[in-house]
Amino acid sequence: MTRTSPQGRAEDGISLPEKLPVAITVNGVARQLRLAPWTTLLDALRDHLGLTGTKKGCDHGQCGACTVLVDGRRINSCLALAVMQDGASVTTIEGLASNGVLHALQQAFIDHDAFQCGYCTPGQICSAAGLLAEGRAGSAEEIRELMSGNICRCGAYPNIVAAIQQAMGQP
Amino acid sequence: MIGFQYSRAQDVADAVRQIAAEPSAKFIAGGTNLIDLMKQDVERPSRLIDISRLPLRSVEETASGGLRIGALVPNADLAYHPLIAQRYPMLASSILAGASAQLRNMASTGGNLLQRTRCYYFYDTATPCNKRVPGSGCSAIAGLNRMHAILGTSESCIATHPSDMCVALVALDATVHVAGPAGARVIAFADFHRLPGDEPQRDTTLQDGEIVTAVELPERGFSAHYTYLKIRDRLSYAFALVSVAAGLELEGDRIKDARLALGGVAHKPWRDPTAETALRGQPASQATFASAATILLRDAKGYEHNRFKIDLARRAIVRALTQAAAGTPQLQSSKKIA
Amino acid sequence: MTTYIGTATSRIDGHAKVTGTAKYAAEFNAPHLAHASVVGSTIARGRIARIDTSRARSVPGVLAVLTHQNRPPMASDDSAYKDDVAPEGAPFRPLYNDRILFSDQPVALVVAEEPEIARLAASLVRVEYHVDLHVTDVHRQRHSTFALEPVERLDDNPFAPPPPRGQPEHSLASADMRHRAEYFVPIEHHNPMELYASTVVFEDEGRLTIYDKTQGVQNVQRYVASVFELDPSHVRVMSPFVGGAFGSGLRPQYQVVLAVLASLSLKRSVRLVLTRQQMYGLGYRPAMLQEIELGINAHGALAAITHEATTVTSQHENYYRQETGWSGLLYRSEHARYAHKLARLDLATSCDMRAPSAATAVYALECAMDELAVALKLDPLELRLRCYSERDQHNDRPYSSKGLRDCYRRGAEAFGWSERSPEPRSMRDGTELVGWGMATGVWEALQVPIAVRIALTANGHAEIACATSDIGTGTYTIMAQVAADMLGLPLDNITVRIGDSTLPQSPVEGGSWIAASVSNGIATTAQAIRAELLHLAKAVPGSPLRDLAPDDVVLLDGRLVSKRDAAHAVSIADVMRHGGVDRIEQEKTASFHHTGAHSHNTHSAVFAEVKVDEQIGIIRVTRVVSAVAGGRILNAKTARSQIMGGVVWGIGMALHEETLIDHTFGRIMNADIAEYHVPVNADVHDIEVIFVDEPDGIVNPLGIKGLGEIGIVGVAAAIANAVHHATGKRVRDLPITLDKLQR
Repeated sequence: MTRTSPQGRAEDGISLPEKLPVAITVNGVARQLRLAPWTTLLDALRDHLGLTGTKKGCDHGQCGACTVLVDGRRINSCLALAVMQDGASVTTIEGLASNGVLHALQQAFIDHDAFQCGYCTPGQICSAAGLLAEGRAGSAEEIRELMSGNICRCGAYPNIVAAIQQAMGQP
Repeated sequence: MIGFQYSRAQDVADAVRQIAAEPSAKFIAGGTNLIDLMKQDVERPSRLIDISRLPLRSVEETASGGLRIGALVPNADLAYHPLIAQRYPMLASSILAGASAQLRNMASTGGNLLQRTRCYYFYDTATPCNKRVPGSGCSAIAGLNRMHAILGTSESCIATHPSDMCVALVALDATVHVAGPAGARVIAFADFHRLPGDEPQRDTTLQDGEIVTAVELPERGFSAHYTYLKIRDRLSYAFALVSVAAGLELEGDRIKDARLALGGVAHKPWRDPTAETALRGQPASQATFASAATILLRDAKGYEHNRFKIDLARRAIVRALTQAAAGTPQLQSSKKIA
Repeated sequence: MTTYIGTATSRIDGHAKVTGTAKYAAEFNAPHLAHASVVGSTIARGRIARIDTSRARSVPGVLAVLTHQNRPPMASDDSAYKDDVAPEGAPFRPLYNDRILFSDQPVALVVAEEPEIARLAASLVRVEYHVDLHVTDVHRQRHSTFALEPVERLDDNPFAPPPPRGQPEHSLASADMRHRAEYFVPIEHHNPMELYASTVVFEDEGRLTIYDKTQGVQNVQRYVASVFELDPSHVRVMSPFVGGAFGSGLRPQYQVVLAVLASLSLKRSVRLVLTRQQMYGLGYRPAMLQEIELGINAHGALAAITHEATTVTSQHENYYRQETGWSGLLYRSEHARYAHKLARLDLATSCDMRAPSAATAVYALECAMDELAVALKLDPLELRLRCYSERDQHNDRPYSSKGLRDCYRRGAEAFGWSERSPEPRSMRDGTELVGWGMATGVWEALQVPIAVRIALTANGHAEIACATSDIGTGTYTIMAQVAADMLGLPLDNITVRIGDSTLPQSPVEGGSWIAASVSNGIATTAQAIRAELLHLAKAVPGSPLRDLAPDDVVLLDGRLVSKRDAAHAVSIADVMRHGGVDRIEQEKTASFHHTGAHSHNTHSAVFAEVKVDEQIGIIRVTRVVSAVAGGRILNAKTARSQIMGGVVWGIGMALHEETLIDHTFGRIMNADIAEYHVPVNADVHDIEVIFVDEPDGIVNPLGIKGLGEIGIVGVAAAIANAVHHATGKRVRDLPITLDKLQR
């Protein structure tokens, strides 16, 4: 039996999309980029701005490793087109510490060993920063639910919750 | 992902004009489902028309005592909006049951309505799927169908609609405001999504070139006796096996009015007025709830891996109505079932 | 002196990880870097009839489309593809020929100026196949298996079924009670958070520096040099940080071959990052069917154990581990028999995944023991104590240490096991049924030859170098702790270099063997450093150490100190200054001579509480206590994290994880992490980790046993047993999803 894969379906005239100007503020610094519309905010950060602290774990909004803050809100940067963020202010893991002093969450993650391989960690910390800003989580149960968009395959969840509680000033 | 063009819509009329000029284009707002599907080569729009900057972000009270929710209101903002939390807590709860905090920050109200199914075969371009390639066949019927529909299926498709929010919206008698080449119109929520029939490629009754501009809620929010109960394979961040939106109005221990809708069981959020009729005027008892469940599920049909959903849905309906009647709605952060 | 060993030291790489400066394989850059994208097969078995790459090549920015027809030369002999840990058989060769061995096997590689262009062009490659019938269903294949030959001595093949003992059939026939059941664990995928990636930097004279996601830089280095017939000194492999691997990175994965192919073809630097979906075409935990029969005599001791396993491998390689022997090892039983069969499926070859074989086999054993306890109306913990084995019966020898009794005792105390009501369905919390279950865990304490280089400088700093990796286990940190103590320096004065194939020899990082091996490696090398310092110190006129041997001195607080009289000491700085050296460097290999007199194992006792909604069947794991006997604990903080992570894996194994294959298409259908469920934060509640004191002067000089695997072993069984205790339902096929409670 012979079968043809669905790959390589006929496509009319392959031309690449035109690159467009994108102005975003990243960690307080105004950046001007020219990007094709298909470039996600995640790839813009990693490949075009050299900010590889933001991680690609699934590229489909299923793991949370790419979490950054856009205008103060946590989002999955893998599902955001960079051109649509024109004019936005983006905070990544590289922008959380100030003057060499770690953000309270960063220090708490170290203190509580809230990571192992470290790959989900920038996303966890940015997500937790978003969580703190939202102010919707008080109890451990609420933290767990509202941090469930960040998968940690090493299984550091109890330590992540403890670290967030420390940063919230809870015992 | 194909190489698409990108443009911004200046206003709703411009959005409608742009898509009329290029029918293979798509609107993009939150993008959480569309970009995912474009990376899978399931969606292949020639152009994305960015509607995210249109002024459709307000939640306003209507003259008839309801609320009009702009199509671009993010899911998170809607869930935490004071008027929603106060008057339509069932809707707030359903939104918080879905996705993750990050996705709820991105996803829009209109986009939530237009989510596509999570059927494995729809996502995998190496397998036949009538929804993706009409006429190619349904792989799920004889394949892996644990997540699939038990109600309103067809020989062409047994996919489910993945939204949680829409289950509450159909229960609340919401309406969908759309604009299009032929002007604006209003669609009853129950008529917005469709059953697969022999055209499973069509998820909704939107006409070509139409854009969702708002969702309107009528006055009654069932805020005293409601719940949204979602059953899934892990305790968060998973699609529903079965979910139940329930709202009751009680007079003493009698049910004066009832709303009941299911998610995760059909190609659309499933609501059946006859089940609600069966609840009205009856005592708020387990027997009443069970008979409503029986009516709601009377045409349910299971497949190899999802037969359990019929009984699970029955139990979940009874439990949800019990929660609603008792005034102990399910809290989405609590994993113990109330 | 142990200032640091054993303490709860924060990770020395923590700062890099929380600030985003830790760089993983896809995050290294090179000038003119090209980007590659893989085209995967849509069939599971057959041949490529034709590939048309013309449309893909016509996309602006595409540099090349490589297939088996136009790729650069690769070695033609199987032996060239045998990596350090390859199983027997013919290893898969990416883009080698027209044969399709599994679905989503790479059939073409597009290389382009930008990743998005490569991805687009990959979707335009047209492939025609001659399709052969495939089999991907282990249940269909279970009667077409082949049996592994049992061995006389396990030392001959530690993975083969152990030799039988006694007369198990006869003993079973005369047992007072028998329990026989079959247990099933589906295929599971590792799903480390980091996507598999290789960045190949093409340097002068065709030298390659490869940043690869791997658990063994030297394994990849040898493999790449061998497959491409390159001068080994021209290939350097680096993995300073690895975003999880759990066994999936022990063997070189296909992305490194493809990235090197592209780089050699274009004479350019190339990066290839696999998609999450493509990672399901790498290895996986083999599905397993286990039939266990236990016979027990009147006074509650095991009379006989038979354990038959069927596990999954590919058509081209025979991957298997010691699947059956755990039962006869863990419990005392005079009679035992083992059988292990392999089922060939049209899939990639299965591979090691966290506690390979123990996670699955001990799940089956420990559920069977629970069933036996229920049948005997005996407390499950009491049954284990009655069957406690003081000796390794496979090899008829004692353990170097076995703190399992302490694990049972302390775990039970911490959990409150004595409060358990024995009857199933007898404990409840409102609408939820409460279940308490327990299980035992066991793993090996392995150690492997490893070389460590220490460079000590006169300013009191030391660099510790070894080609091992830290996949999240905490290797960086424990190496620094051990070195600081062995050299008598502050932790901050220690620099650790790992994840570079040019560093001293290390085997792959897996099997829980690195902590013990590298720590003893550091101790060995530190001893040589000490000897050299002493040699220099003796040359100092009037040296207070002149009559001492290396074993008579220790390094402490930057000084060389006599063990006999602490007043006799000289500072390292003075010694080196006097000797005219500003740097002392030593490289030594630690080898571990297994005399065969003792067996080396880690053990655990796991206690789990579940709450199950009686009406709906939702299962919540509300509490887990894991008490571990793992020898000397190097770092109380990271050790706890290791066990906690293993427990989380056990929760996933028990309740969530299952790779779903459509057998019509031979394709994995939940190849992502939305539909392949791993635990999320909301699934995980209280986890208490206890390390019992287990001094062991035999296993190795430092008494270290390793902790990477033991944390998962037994957890799924404890949860399954708790679910039975809560509901009265015995589910023998994982994962225990709520629909199975309705059956």
